Amino acid sequence: MPATIDDPRIIEFDVRTEEMLVNMGPQHPSTHGVLRLVLRTDGEIVSEVTPHIGYLHRCAEKIGENLTPRQWIPYTDRMDYLAGMNMNLGWSLCVEKLLKYELPERGRHLRVIIAELGRMASHLVGMGAYGLDLGTFSPFLYAFRERERILDLFEEACGARLTYSYLTVGGATADLPHGWTDKCLAFLDQFEPVIAEYHTLLTTNAIFVKRTAKIGILSPEMAIDYGCSGPVTRGSGIDFDLRRDGEPIYTSMYEGYQFEVICERNGHYPNDHAYPAVPREAVLGDCWHRFYVRMLEVVQSIGLIRQAIENYHRSSGSHGEPIKLNQKLPKGEAYLETEAPRGQMGFGIVSRGEAIPWRVRARSSSFSNLAVCPELCRGCLIADVPAVVGSLDVVMGEIDR
Amino acid sequence: MAEFFNYLLDCGAYALSGGRWSVAPDNLFGVVVTALVQVIILLHVIAVGALIFIWLERKVAGRIQDRLGPTRVGGKFGWLQTLADGIKLITKEDLMPAGADGFLFKAAPYVSMAAALAAYFALPFAGSPLPFVAQQLNVAAFFIVAVLGLEVFGVILAGYSSASKWALFGSMREAAQVVSYEVPLGLCAVVPVMLAGSMDLVVVGDTQRGLFTNWYLFHDPFTFVVFWVYFTCGTASVNRAPFDLAEAESELVAGFHTEYSGLRWSFFFMAEYGSMFTVSMLAAILFLGGWHGPLPVTEWLGMQADGWLEYSTSPGIAAYLCNLIGMTNVVLKAGLLVTVMMWARWTLPRLRIDQVMTTCLKYCTPIAAVMFVGAAVWQAALPRGLMLRTPLANIAASEPWQRGAEPVVQTSGIAVDKEAR
Repeated sequence: MPATIDDPRIIEFDVRTEEMLVNMGPQHPSTHGVLRLVLRTDGEIVSEVTPHIGYLHRCAEKIGENLTPRQWIPYTDRMDYLAGMNMNLGWSLCVEKLLKYELPERGRHLRVIIAELGRMASHLVGMGAYGLDLGTFSPFLYAFRERERILDLFEEACGARLTYSYLTVGGATADLPHGWTDKCLAFLDQFEPVIAEYHTLLTTNAIFVKRTAKIGILSPEMAIDYGCSGPVTRGSGIDFDLRRDGEPIYTSMYEGYQFEVICERNGHYPNDHAYPAVPREAVLGDCWHRFYVRMLEVVQSIGLIRQAIENYHRSSGSHGEPIKLNQKLPKGEAYLETEAPRGQMGFGIVSRGEAIPWRVRARSSSFSNLAVCPELCRGCLIADVPAVVGSLDVVMGEIDR
Repeated sequence: MAEFFNYLLDCGAYALSGGRWSVAPDNLFGVVVTALVQVIILLHVIAVGALIFIWLERKVAGRIQDRLGPTRVGGKFGWLQTLADGIKLITKEDLMPAGADGFLFKAAPYVSMAAALAAYFALPFAGSPLPFVAQQLNVAAFFIVAVLGLEVFGVILAGYSSASKWALFGSMREAAQVVSYEVPLGLCAVVPVMLAGSMDLVVVGDTQRGLFTNWYLFHDPFTFVVFWVYFTCGTASVNRAPFDLAEAESELVAGFHTEYSGLRWSFFFMAEYGSMFTVSMLAAILFLGGWHGPLPVTEWLGMQADGWLEYSTSPGIAAYLCNLIGMTNVVLKAGLLVTVMMWARWTLPRLRIDQVMTTCLKYCTPIAAVMFVGAAVWQAALPRGLMLRTPLANIAASEPWQRGAEPVVQTSGIAVDKEAR
């Protein structure tokens, strides 16, 4: 054995440890359902992450090709099961695009109320579960406490708490019950001041910032290359929201509404005067920004719902009559993307003139958002993997369909 | 107590042999029986303590999370919820993974539990006039800090023998964590020891008698900082959030105890709660005046007057009362610190392993070292402190450790003895 080692690389070679393949999921507390990540680790350092999907595949598209559009509505509920209303809306609008159906004014505002409430409920889960991913349990329960009230409102409107099938092709299955909007406004009044507490509990918490800032930085170019959407891209500073930039049939729903697309412009968020400023450590596109965008979007949704309730009461007409279950579809095809809580949820339909579509397609936003995960997790620590995956806020039901 | 048992044996021997046999007061028999009695009492202290703290944790967590916590088992407040859980755990199947190292896997929970238990031997619950401690050690502070470090071996063994990658990660993290927090923890514990001039916890506690301004927490600005550093490191040493990396649920499933179930798992749990209380007790004794309340009521009432200290002949009832009050004081202080740990656990996210090591090694260690020097200089320059410190006359007259320590060491465990009877 030599007394001295001249080449420092020799030492490095000697102490290099064995790589280990670790299976994170599909039964793992922080993989949001049944995501399976295979980690290649060197100690705590992750060199490679490979997501494996398909554990929740239910052949939704194929089923859709054997059902009429209205019959397929309950299947859309089960895609993004945290935002069933928004899934209903996406599919309904897609079929309405094919039918060239014009929704009555009142139904339009009703949809805005419901869709934004759905977005709030979804973002609340995203926020709470993200806290859980980082090891704090209480925000999860706070988030669920508020979500519970949204679910109560949904239950009153449609009778279901998770799989609503409420918004449907042609409008909604029923109008909002009497006195519902007052309860909704009461909830908003109670909820709005509470958001500041969430910010102190999580957003500005020193440990939270340490765990999320500069972690999983997603550059705008990479976000676009991978087809990411929703809060994930807006967290990277891309000013794009289908509610404002989408197709006319979707943006017309939000016509006359005042709201801002949440993303950092010139180093500022639209309403950071009311909520905590971006910490110094945070870099645009990191986990912290993705989380913050969701939190601010909840505030925007509150404003939208307030306007929508006002418009709803002012407007005339019906909430929209659902089309017949077996209505013949015109020949042709339609594809429409809507701004679901997790990003651009696209639905496509190809009809050959029968009641049952020939081809049904769902484009999942979470699928593309998850695809950047291997890029974001390269070289991070094991503890950062849940932080990154949680900040992408994927729902496996939507990815696998 | 050993004398008492030997006296009983002596009586028996005398009666049987008609006066020919006698048993010396320091016979091994009495010592062994005493040790057994003390072990049984301490086991119950730990078990019941864990029972109460787990219940408390659930209640605290419930309140923090805007829910009620347990409400059904054992009446309105769910007192017996932990017991019900314990019964459930006992009846669960004791599983062992196929590839596990059987001996180590089975031994690991006991190693943890034994280490947590061992710390209680030197942990005084009350000092003057009667030290209420199983074994008054003249190096108690050192002993407890050392033994707390032993608990880690159980965790590392568990992770190593489980044949699970998650468990291995957990134990490796624990190993990395232990080398980070042990250094500042020891440095912090040394500061009150230095101020008291003794490692004997009874002495450390008794030098803080009097008004609460005599507590080492308020001794000088340095010790005030040291207390918080100690508490941070203590939280890390018992694997409580935000330092619960070894069992980080969202990352490592359950960390080192992923593969454990039933009773073995509950041993880890009891060890955790046991050492959580030990660390808090140590903090209470080292910094918060131990068994001395914020106001020296017992001294004002004259219960601690010199006459009461003559326990070797016949300790007065007031001395026992004094002990009881002291014990309540120290348990309440430690309980408060435990509650703060719970509060932190249910509020804060978890740190990352590199951040824990940074916190402990790069911040806590230098701070503790500087504070140690600062406290030493302060003690040398201002031995009586500033106006804050109100030394009582009897402290000045005779230093308490010069009165109490020596006979107590010889007749160890006398307080537990009385309680056991």
